[in-house]
Amino acid sequence: MAKAGDKSSSSGKKSLKRKAAAEELQEAAGAGDGATENGVQPPKAAAFPPGFSISEIKNKQRRHLMFTRWKQQQRKEKLAAKKKLKKEREALGDKAPPKPVPKTIDNQRVYDETTVDPNDEEVAYDEATDEFASYFNKQTSPKILITTSDRPHGRTVRLCEQLSTVIPNSHVYYRRGLALKKIIPQCIARDFTDLIVINEDRKTPNGLILSHLPNGPTAHFKMSSVRLRKEIKRRGKDPTEHIPEIILNNFTTRLGHSIGRMFASLFPHNPQFIGRQVATFHNQRDYIFFRFHRSEKKVGIQELGPRFTLKLRSLQKGTFDSKYGEYEWVHKPREMDTSRRKFHL
Amino acid sequence: MAAAAARWNHVWVGTETGILKGVNLQRKQAANFTAGGQPRREEAVSALCWGTGGETQMLVGCADRTVKHFSTEDGIFQGQRHCPGGEGMFRGLAQADGTLITCVDSGILRVWHDKDKDTSSDPVRLPCPDGWGRWAGLLELRVGPGVCRMRQDPAHPHVVATGGKENALKIWDLQGSEEPVFRAKNVRNDWLDLRVPIWDQDIQFLPGSQKLVTCTGYHQVRVYDPASPQRRPVLETTYGEYPLTAMTLTPGGNSVIVGNTHGQLAEIDLRQGRLLGCLKGLAGSVRGLQCHPSKPLLASCGLDRVLRIHRIQNPRGLEHKVYLKSQLNCLLLSGRDNWEDEPQEPQEPNKVPLEDTETDELWASLEAAAKRKLSGLEQPQGALQTRRRKKKRPGSTSP
Repeated sequence: MAKAGDKSSSSGKKSLKRKAAAEELQEAAGAGDGATENGVQPPKAAAFPPGFSISEIKNKQRRHLMFTRWKQQQRKEKLAAKKKLKKEREALGDKAPPKPVPKTIDNQRVYDETTVDPNDEEVAYDEATDEFASYFNKQTSPKILITTSDRPHGRTVRLCEQLSTVIPNSHVYYRRGLALKKIIPQCIARDFTDLIVINEDRKTPNGLILSHLPNGPTAHFKMSSVRLRKEIKRRGKDPTEHIPEIILNNFTTRLGHSIGRMFASLFPHNPQFIGRQVATFHNQRDYIFFRFHRSEKKVGIQELGPRFTLKLRSLQKGTFDSKYGEYEWVHKPREMDTSRRKFHL
Repeated sequence: MAAAAARWNHVWVGTETGILKGVNLQRKQAANFTAGGQPRREEAVSALCWGTGGETQMLVGCADRTVKHFSTEDGIFQGQRHCPGGEGMFRGLAQADGTLITCVDSGILRVWHDKDKDTSSDPVRLPCPDGWGRWAGLLELRVGPGVCRMRQDPAHPHVVATGGKENALKIWDLQGSEEPVFRAKNVRNDWLDLRVPIWDQDIQFLPGSQKLVTCTGYHQVRVYDPASPQRRPVLETTYGEYPLTAMTLTPGGNSVIVGNTHGQLAEIDLRQGRLLGCLKGLAGSVRGLQCHPSKPLLASCGLDRVLRIHRIQNPRGLEHKVYLKSQLNCLLLSGRDNWEDEPQEPQEPNKVPLEDTETDELWASLEAAAKRKLSGLEQPQGALQTRRRKKKRPGSTSP
């Protein structure tokens, strides 16, 4: 009796079906209780104070029960609404309104005023005369030096080796505890155009410094999700010596353009399409995904080579000088990451 | 249109691509001005200062060692002069009594006559008996290599201060002797007994006294007082961990705002050496800072290609932000008070009534001629009435 009373009193929001079901249960359980529980009990409209919510029930088990019941009901209603909508669409056939596009964070991205307009002359002049001009005018061809932080462990060493097969005309050197500021003049003297330093922490690579050499900008990235060749599933054979094609996706803002040009200047101009190899730098939500693929006739596209994700931390004008260099862009989390829909690259 | 509206621009910014940009904050427009029509990186603007006649003229120092005269009223470059001597970019540009003062990176400070505007002046060198090396009408001083800034005292136009990397602060009187009036001394050795390096990045003269403030590349802000017997700084504070690149005085006169290579702006009180507050927003190195002389507004520009106007007090925050597509090197903020009292449209409303009075005079002369010709045929009152009607309709032109 007490049970029935409780269930009927707190079911102010429930449908009659639920209550009837509860009462049936009651009948099944309390077989002897007879007279008052006949199933013809008038539904007691529970007198709840308005604004009552399930979370105000103090008893945890009861509250949980109420919640699961409410959730099941919501799910049923949602399913019913979907079915109804589907039926309506089928009934209308061709005249049905187009399906509404779901909102994603990429759709809702706040318009960035620094987005580059392809017809803008000033930006075109700025890009034509910046530090990468000599590469894009085909006056210099890239020569890369890849090194790591001091005393690298196995993963980092293997990543460097694999990167050197992916990037043509690159050389891996052991760091030997040398200061970057001393390495850079030596590189410039030996005609290197770019310096890549892979930083390592606790035996995994976690950072990348990319410095364009004669006097060019230095970009500092956070590196994550590094997968070496043997960790990639369903991969193809090792990359060949052919020069890969480069794909740069979604670098729309002025800063994005600078970084995109920096990546482009790592690879020689003349992609050898015979090799069918492609290196992709895909920017999405300020994360840059690096992938290396080869296209095959029978199989389609196969991924080779290392895979990693980069996030830009700072872009410094001039070669590596973190203390006294001037920064073109610095990532400041508390100022720049306040909106989930604002991206900078 | 842009040229005509140039006088109403509030901020003038010089860029690395050689374009001078005038920004009107009321209308939120930016206009580009170039000397040759096309941007050229060799003409990167490295110094800006106001010319003679208040804010009607501007001197623009470019990387190819030319100083261009720009008229803010007309929005055109009026002339240029080539200023050879020494190496490097202009680190300071000033204007005093019809002379032009320039200082370059390698430490050559020269005073030029302003008369020869369009000629590249390479004047006759007259050796002086006392060996000062003073040219006819020109002055040259060797300030020391590695100059980062030369600043003119606004109260005494012939007094300049220079400072740089391993080049201590010196105050020069251009009308006086060839030796500096005040030469600062380095602070004592630090707690490890090592010499503290010197790198003065920006200098400002404090109004109302002889003091100067400098900010250094080793994130120190120092106050010097030439009036005191002490040649070492009177006050020293530090801010942040990165080199301070630009500095400006606030309207109150008690504090300065400094900016560093990470885009952090801070207001530092000079009475106690305390940090009063910071300003957010910049993402790149601060290259130019200027406060308005009376309003609590601060203009800042830097390598992130955006000009920002912040409000310094009640409340502290960002007012305007303008994306200017090239890297910004230096700026000049107009010090005038009537920012809001500008005509909303350019001078067109004034022109129409002018035309009307001219046409009215034309009609009056025609009618007088008609009267003389047809004496008595036309009623003189009717003619007068039509003339009055025309005068009452200011917007219409007479047929």
